[in-house]
Amino acid sequence: MPDNVKFADLDVGATIPAFSKGPITRTQLALFAGASGDHNPIHLDDEEARAGGLPGVIVHGMLMMAVLGQMLTAWVPQSRIRKFSNRFASMAVPGDTINCAGKVVGKRQENGENLVDLEIKAENQKGKILLSGAATVAVD
Amino acid sequence: MEIEALREEFMGREYSQFSVLVEKGRIAQFAKSIGSENPLHFDDTVAKQGGYRDIPAPPTFAFTITLDAGQSFNVLEDMGVEKTKAVHGEQGFTYLGDICAGDVITGQQRITDLYDKKNGALIFVVTETLLENQSGDAVANLHSVIVIRNG
Repeated sequence: MPDNVKFADLDVGATIPAFSKGPITRTQLALFAGASGDHNPIHLDDEEARAGGLPGVIVHGMLMMAVLGQMLTAWVPQSRIRKFSNRFASMAVPGDTINCAGKVVGKRQENGENLVDLEIKAENQKGKILLSGAATVAVD
Repeated sequence: MEIEALREEFMGREYSQFSVLVEKGRIAQFAKSIGSENPLHFDDTVAKQGGYRDIPAPPTFAFTITLDAGQSFNVLEDMGVEKTKAVHGEQGFTYLGDICAGDVITGQQRITDLYDKKNGALIFVVTETLLENQSGDAVANLHSVIVIRNG
């Protein structure tokens, strides 16, 4: 279970523990297609992906976001996440690793809760930005 | 596709209400496929000890509920766009409660904005979907941006 993160201990600029998954395999894309319900052939079939103007199959954006989400749930209990969003900045392909990082950009109190605003991102193994996003979590 | 005509036709369009049962096995399958080993998603005893009613779905599972209801692809079909021409531009979640195994989640998707970039080469479709559980409590609001390569 995640450690007990305290509002008083978090300063603006502080980083949260990094998180990484990969390399992503074609098998994982097939499993995620089935489990997530996203059967778009651009994630499963090179020929169809190329017909759509892509170089080949690409990783589901929502699989990358699920990895980014695991950085948050490894840090605070899931029920403490208030907001979580990202832009899908670039595509990942099979073989890529998804490296996630986050830092505190704001602290505030709202409706009796201590809220921490984070800037979060995911990069591939070459440092190319895959996801850029934001999250808000409530802490003690 | 011309953006003005698309806005005229699709802005504010609401899709019919859907209802999806959240199955325990599906949560486990989803958690496994994202590489999660968090016992919360696999073991009800751990979930209950963690203060959840039942096994909680991972945070991004809320999007899968809308996919099961055919929501993202509904919009594309409506516009006559091939799935391979579309990519997910942005996704946001506001969490208002837990989504757990056994929940029956209802929702309704609404197109809230349409705009283009690069002289119409890219069309952006923005939708919002509020999810409620079987008790009528709001559990999540989803904000999605789908990007269509036009032409």
